[in-house]
This record gives sequence, C-alpha cells and structure tokens, in this order.
Amino acid sequence: MNTKTINDMVIRFANVNGSGSASANDMFAKSVFRMGIPVSPKNIFPSNIQGLPTWFDVRISEKGYLGRREGIDVLVAVNPATMKKDIESVLPGGYLIYDSSKVLHEDYIREGIHYIGIPMMAMVMEHYSVPRLQQLFKNMVYVGALIALLDMEMEVTRNIVKETFAKKEKLVPPNFQALDLGYNYAKENYDCPINFCVKRADKIGNKIMMEGNAAIGLGAVYGGATVMAWYPITPSTSVAKAFETYCKKLRIDPQTGKKNYAFVQSEDELAAIGMVIGAAWNGARAFTATSGPGVSLMSEFIGLAYFAEIPAVIVNVQRGGPSTGMPTRTQQPDILSSAYASHGDTKHMLLFPSTPAECFEFTAQAFDLADYFQTPVFIMSDLDLGMNEHLSPPLKWDDSRKYNLGKVMSAEDLETKEFGRYLDVDGDGVCYRTIPGTHPTKGSFFTRGTSRDEYAQYSENGQVYVNVVNRISKKWQTAKSHVPAPEFYQKENESKQGIVFFGTTTYAALEAMDILEGHGRKWDAMRVRAFPFNQEVADFIASHEKVFVIEQNKDAQFRSLLINELEVNPKKLEPVLVYDGKPITATAIIDKLMN
Amino acid sequence: MTYIKPIFRHPLLPKNKVGFTKKDYEGAISTLCAGCGHDSISAAIIQACFEMSVEPHKLAKISGIGCSSKTPTYFLGNSHGFNSVHGRMPSVTTGANMANRDLIYLGVSGDGDTASIGMGQFVHAVRRNVNMVYIVMNNGCYGLTKGQDSATADFGSISKASKTPSPFQGIDLVGLAMEMGATFVARSFSGDKSQLVPLIKAGMSHPGFAFIDCISPCVTFNNNKGSTKSYSYVRAHNEATSLLDFVPEEKEITMEYEEGASKEVVLHDGSVLLLKKLAPEWDPSDRLSAFSKVQEAKASGEILTGLLYIDLESKELHDLFGTTDTPLNTLREKELCPGSEALEVINAGRR
Ligand SMILES: Cc1ncc(C[n+]2csc(CCOP(=O)(O)OP(=O)(O)O)c2C)c(N)n1
Ligand code: SF4
Ligand SMILES: [Mg+2]
Repeated sequence: MNTKTINDMVIRFANVNGSGSASANDMFAKSVFRMGIPVSPKNIFPSNIQGLPTWFDVRISEKGYLGRREGIDVLVAVNPATMKKDIESVLPGGYLIYDSSKVLHEDYIREGIHYIGIPMMAMVMEHYSVPRLQQLFKNMVYVGALIALLDMEMEVTRNIVKETFAKKEKLVPPNFQALDLGYNYAKENYDCPINFCVKRADKIGNKIMMEGNAAIGLGAVYGGATVMAWYPITPSTSVAKAFETYCKKLRIDPQTGKKNYAFVQSEDELAAIGMVIGAAWNGARAFTATSGPGVSLMSEFIGLAYFAEIPAVIVNVQRGGPSTGMPTRTQQPDILSSAYASHGDTKHMLLFPSTPAECFEFTAQAFDLADYFQTPVFIMSDLDLGMNEHLSPPLKWDDSRKYNLGKVMSAEDLETKEFGRYLDVDGDGVCYRTIPGTHPTKGSFFTRGTSRDEYAQYSENGQVYVNVVNRISKKWQTAKSHVPAPEFYQKENESKQGIVFFGTTTYAALEAMDILEGHGRKWDAMRVRAFPFNQEVADFIASHEKVFVIEQNKDAQFRSLLINELEVNPKKLEPVLVYDGKPITATAIIDKLMN
Repeated sequence: MTYIKPIFRHPLLPKNKVGFTKKDYEGAISTLCAGCGHDSISAAIIQACFEMSVEPHKLAKISGIGCSSKTPTYFLGNSHGFNSVHGRMPSVTTGANMANRDLIYLGVSGDGDTASIGMGQFVHAVRRNVNMVYIVMNNGCYGLTKGQDSATADFGSISKASKTPSPFQGIDLVGLAMEMGATFVARSFSGDKSQLVPLIKAGMSHPGFAFIDCISPCVTFNNNKGSTKSYSYVRAHNEATSLLDFVPEEKEITMEYEEGASKEVVLHDGSVLLLKKLAPEWDPSDRLSAFSKVQEAKASGEILTGLLYIDLESKELHDLFGTTDTPLNTLREKELCPGSEALEVINAGRR
C-alpha cells in the first residue's frame, strides 16, 4: 500500500568510533553521489579516538537540500550502547537495520517502525578469520545490504571499492565478498526495495564532493603560501594536513627534489601566529589554521600585526565552547572574537565561505587581501564545512591570475621614489612597504606597534598615534569594496522582510526559503560573504522593515556586528539562533520565521 | 621625540670589505640608563658586524619587549628591525628565517623575555636549531617594569627593588640550552668586549642556533651589593674558559698559542675561531665535557664564560626540512601555483 519515497531520505549510521566504519560510510555516500543524486554526509563524533559513539548522517535529496534534517528514515544501528536512543530517532514508518547475529532485546522493539535483521557479525566470522578484518568487513556487509534494500547500483559501489584499494588490490575481492554477503542476505530475506529507494538521477552536473578543510589547504597552495605554522586542534587540523599533502605533490622543486614551502608544527598557537607574522614581514605568504581557543592565544600577536601592518592569513575553523565535548560539534561562535581580536582599536577582515569552492577561492584571495591591506585576514569556516564532505561547484583557477603582493617597493623603486613606511602616498590608507634584504642602504625601517610616525620613527606623541589609527581606518573603508560582495537570491527586493545568513547556515536557510516559497511566502535573502560589510549589505538592511539574522551561536554575534558596524536599530534585526552543536535545520528556521 | 643622530661621516673613517664604515652600523642614540650593560652589548654587535663586513640589508634584527629588546633601535640603523611582543621573538625570527634563509638573523632578548614569558618559544627555537644568533641581555631583573626579580635571579641574590634574597633557584639558560641540544652555546659579559665580539662573529658564522647568554648589569635596579648580576660581582667571579679570536675565512691565522692550550674551531663557512683554552681538560666540541664543566662551575659559584659548546655537524632547520635553496619569499606563481590543469585532475578525483 505504501508509495515509495524516492531520493529523499536521511540514513543514519550509528557506530562506535575507531571501528573503521568511516570508510564504509563514505563509500555509501559516494555511491549515492555517483548515481547523480545530491547528498550531504555529516559526521557527528566525540572528542575521543576509540570506543565512543559516532553518528554518520547521510541526507539524500533530489531537490538539492543539503542542510541537516531531523528525523531518521533508515537507521543502521551497530552500536549497542546507543541503540535505545537511536531507535527513538527513527521516524514512524522508518527502518531499523541491526545485527541479528544475536536476538534483539525486547527493549529495542518499538511500534511503527520496520525491523531488518542482518546477521552481520555471524557472516563475517564465518568468512574471515582475522578479528580486525571481521570488524571492517562487517561495515561493508551493511553497505551491501543497503544497496539491495534501497535498490542502488552495486556496480557503482564496486567501482568505488576498486578506486579506494587501487594500491592494495588484495583487499578488493574480500570487500566485494562482504558487499555481496549483505546484498544477498537482504535480497533473500526481505522485500527489496523497502519503502525508500535511491534511483539514478542527473542532479550533480560537474559538481565535486570535498571537505572544506581540504579546499582551504589547496587554496593556500594555489594562493602562493610558502610558510604554514600551526598547532593541532580539531576541527582545523585537516587544513594543515591537506596543505602538506598537496605541497608534497605539487610543491617539490623538479630539479632538486627540495621543498618550495616550509611547514612548521609549532609548540603552540602563540608561536604559530608569531611565525606567520615573521614570515609575512619578511615577504613570504604565510598562514595558520586554528579554532577558537587558538585564536584566543593568538590575540596579542594579531593586534601587533594589525598595528604594525603585517599581512597574516588565519583560518578559523569554528567549533563549540572551550575545553572538550562541544569542541567536536559545530557552531559559528567566534564572529565577534575574531572581528575584534586583540587589544587597542583593532578590527579584522573576515571572509565567510559556505562551500568548498569558496573555501578554495577565499583562501587564495585572502593572501591578496592580506598583502594588499597589510593586515590579518580571517577565513571563518566551521566544523560542519571543514570536516564534512560537501557537494560543491568544481574548484576553478584562471592561469592568467597574478598574485597581488600589494605595495612593495623594489630596489629600483627605492632609488627613484621617496620611502616612508607609513606615508599614505596614494590616499587610500595603504602605505608602501619594503622587504628586508632589498637594498643595501635604502628602505630599511624599524617595525613596531603603534608608537611610530610616518617614517617609522619611534614616537609617543598623541597626535602621531591619532594619525596612525585614522589612516588605518581609511584602509578599512577602502577594503569594503575589495572584499567579496554578498550574494542575493532575488533580482530585485520584493518583500518587506528579509533574511540574512552566512557560511554553513546557508544550506538550511535556502531550504527553508524554498519550502516557504512553496507555501506562497517569499523572503528576500542575502548571504554575507565578508566583513567589513560592503555597501550592498547596508543597503539590503536599510531597504527592509525587518531582517531575520540566522546564525549558529547563542549571543546573536553576527547581528551584533551588523548593529555595531552599520548602526542599525536593534529592533529591526530579529535573531534566529541555533546553538546545540548540530548543524542548523530548515525546520528550526521556518519555526522562527513563522512565529 | 625621536633620536636620530646627525649624519656626519669623517672622510678618513676606515671602510670594511663591503665599503661601510663603523658608523654605518650604528643606530639611533640610546635612551637606556647611562651605564646600562645593554649599551655595551649594542656596541659589541656594531663592532662585530663591521668587522665581519656584514651588508646591513642582509641582516634582520628582531626582539621582544624590555629594555634589552629596545636595543635594536640603537644599532644597525641600516638593517630592518622588528620590535615584536614580549617573549615571542623566537617565533617571529623562526618565521622570518623560513621566508628567507639567506639573511643573518640577530635575535635580541632579555632574561624576562626569554626565561619567563618566552621560555616556551626559547626552548623550541633551540630544539629546531633555527639559524640565528640569539643574545639574551641577562640582568637578573625586569628592567623596563622597574626591577622585579626575573627567573634568572640567583638564589640569595638581592636586588634593589625586591630588597630580600631571592628564595628561588635561578634558571641557568646556558645549561638549559645545552640540555635542549643547542648547537652553539656561549656565555659572556657585557663588560668584556674582547670576548663578546668574537663570540658574536662566530655565532653569525654558525649554521644553526647560536646562543649567547650575556650578563649585562642593570645599573638602575640590580647593580647593588648583594646582587649576583652586578659589575663587581661578575668581575670577581668571571671564569673565562678561553681567550678568543675570530679569523674570517680568507684571513691567515697569525696568532700563536702554546701547543695543547689552544684549539682551532673551523666553522661551517670556513672561518676559524681560535680558542686559547684556560682549562686544558675541556673540549668545547664535546657535549659531555662541556656539560660537566658548566655544572661544576655552577656548583662552585663561578660564572663560566666563553664558547662553552659547539656542534660542528650542526644542521639548521632548513636542512632538516629540506627546503629549497632559493629564499621562499622570492618564489612566484611559476614555482608556487600548480595551475588549472592540475586543478582539473584534483576535481576529477573528487567526482
Ligand atoms: C604580555 C606582556 N606582559 C607584560 C609586559 C610588561 N613588560 C614589559 S618589559 C617586561 C620585562 C622585561 O624584562 P627583560 O626581558 O629581562 O628585559 P630588561 O628590561 O630587563 O632588559 C615586562 C614584564 C608586556 N610588555 N607584555
Ligand atoms: S632600567 Fe636597567 S636594564 Fe633598563 S635601561 Fe636602565 S639600567 Fe638598563
Ligand atoms: Mg632583564
């Protein structure tokens, strides 16, 4: 009697971390992607290496909804410790796939959902002798079962297995066997497909699947970074890993085999940013990747870079609260602490990518902005974007693109032009700098914080200081038209109320808009991509009676930034907030918008 | 107000090999207290760079915060300088060095800057063997914040500010550096230019981290009776390990020492450090012997000075990393950007 739901479901894998499930789960998600259907996998993991629960949610949506959705349609429950709670998350009419090697305890029986037992452990024990392999192949057994139950294409998954083990070919046949074990068991014992199925579609085009962190690492390679200094911290660590991995492939001098980069794992974040500043002062493109706690430690140095006018690119992959626990969950909680990091009158550029393609592009662009404006630039990603694979437009690079190293004087320039390190020659607030080692007798200067005049001479004169900070403010004004402009989702403003969002909140926001539009409610929307706010941002807010600001933190930090920087009446900006550590959903947004 | 010296060059001032007079290595007029040890160290740096014929733009001077860290303004006015933040000179210098391996890096710090707030960065710079000269102007107190005891204040030492004997053991930076595997370790005294100048020169020739702990009395806060970092105390307890002479690569060695009592240390760039050893059983290229000598001296309250240890096989950070010989800050799109074709391959791998 049931009509089948095609290409619209959430499948949850409830695993124990350290059990090798991630690779099998990834192969499943990739199979869906290869079948041409938009998919968004999200890993929810603990701050632990082995033995604690992890969940991997795969949302499949032919409509292209890529945000998180509450409610599970198909649960693959292989973690006894969380089984009871996991079962509660299954929607009525949904399915529970479990390991039926042992009888399911009656506590786990619930009305209104379907039970599909696959004797996963029993089958792998029968076919494989090494315990570690049994564990790994058990994961492939449930993938095989899903292929049958959802009516997917086995060949697609087999190809992925082949690619995955291209260098360990011996592992291909046993993986195939494990897939078949699950597949055949499901076929023989259950009506396949179940009420949910995955059918080949054509909704992917030339898109790719990538983690934001990998795209940032690669963006830094393309953007010309030669020095990376960093200290491990989830969820930013994989940025460093990606940078190093891509450098090893793409940055080795073909003649000498030596490295065209330096990659320094520092003793802490203070040292990491110190190295970045030292390297950038000395004319190299340098960056670090960290998360909230790291930015806190870097604060003093960030202020120095701001006042001494030294470029620095800082990737902040945001996460929840201090210490452990929430840090492996996602949030957008560092908007204010990054925008105003440090002491004195500081303000920093922020870029807000929302796709891997933007992670790549914004990172490369951040080096141009940092060099041109001689100031720190933050790339504000988050755990969700950084550590989960996202469907994204392909990465693009124009080979005619040149690095904009900004106003740097060469030895010839120094022969012919006057040099004053902090002279505003062009009237845009941005001064000319020299790199150590340029000229034997001209262009050297002493770098320090605020207490210096236009010729970099030490001064404690109040007016000299005022001139310095006023000129830096001019630079800030200039930057407004250089940073990425917002994206709009309407040709012209149509509604009285508008919505504003940025970063990963975009996915749920777009879904919410689409659903509401289906109900005849249309909102003008703006995705902000950078701070300082461009004129368009101010205009959008000015031309709506009320604006909902959607973000993933408790204190409505982005809203505060808008109020503070654009002098907006706070009453006009309505916060829409989610801060439980899980990526925001369209439902949460709709609830707030409709109330 | 700014302190720029009037430019006056005597036509007859002698020039060095690269055409500069000693004046060209000077900086702005010092604003430190008259008699401050730090100013003598600045003078030794000027002397060493002049004699070494360092091209001023091929040297970068970097410091933290403190009276000591102010000194880079007072020497090498034709070199780029960077007064960074308190205790963080090592990381800034490490980064600068990563960007351009061809410059000489002169890091200047204080005992507060190094042994307290910057201890973490100091030991890690040692451990990485960053190619730099690292001078600590060690006065046993925080000069700039008005004389509080620093972590190198010796047990029982009494400063003017604290007025009571320090209840803590002082941190011995030389011993610490050796423990961390430093490849060049020296101690000197701001009042002993004849020893300090050759040490600075040798440090600049050393491929790796060259550490010079230089006792430098603070005349305002810690030069009193009872202080172990006063001029008179250091003079009375200074135990020089050797007389030093630095001979650049192209010069012939003319000095002569009694056999057995002298040692030639051939540095990486071919220059030679001649040590007239005062303790015959001690060998500065033997870590164990150097280490025990330092410990012995400490136990007997002597202040051992001179080149205490040198690793002649030292490999600096770039060599450990395998970085290209070309300074990274000169690489451009051609070397750095893999281009759209490579990106297409990466895209394809993500489908
Ligand atoms: C983060 C920070 N904390 C504290 C200070 C204040 N401060 C400036 S200099 C200094 C101590 C300097 O002592 P030392 O390095 O021994 O230099 P000296 O003045 O003795 O040469 C301190 C604590 C600072 N500048 N920054
Ligand atoms: S306070 Fe001490 S360290 Fe500072 S300048 Fe005066 S004498 Fe030198
Ligand atoms: Mg001191």
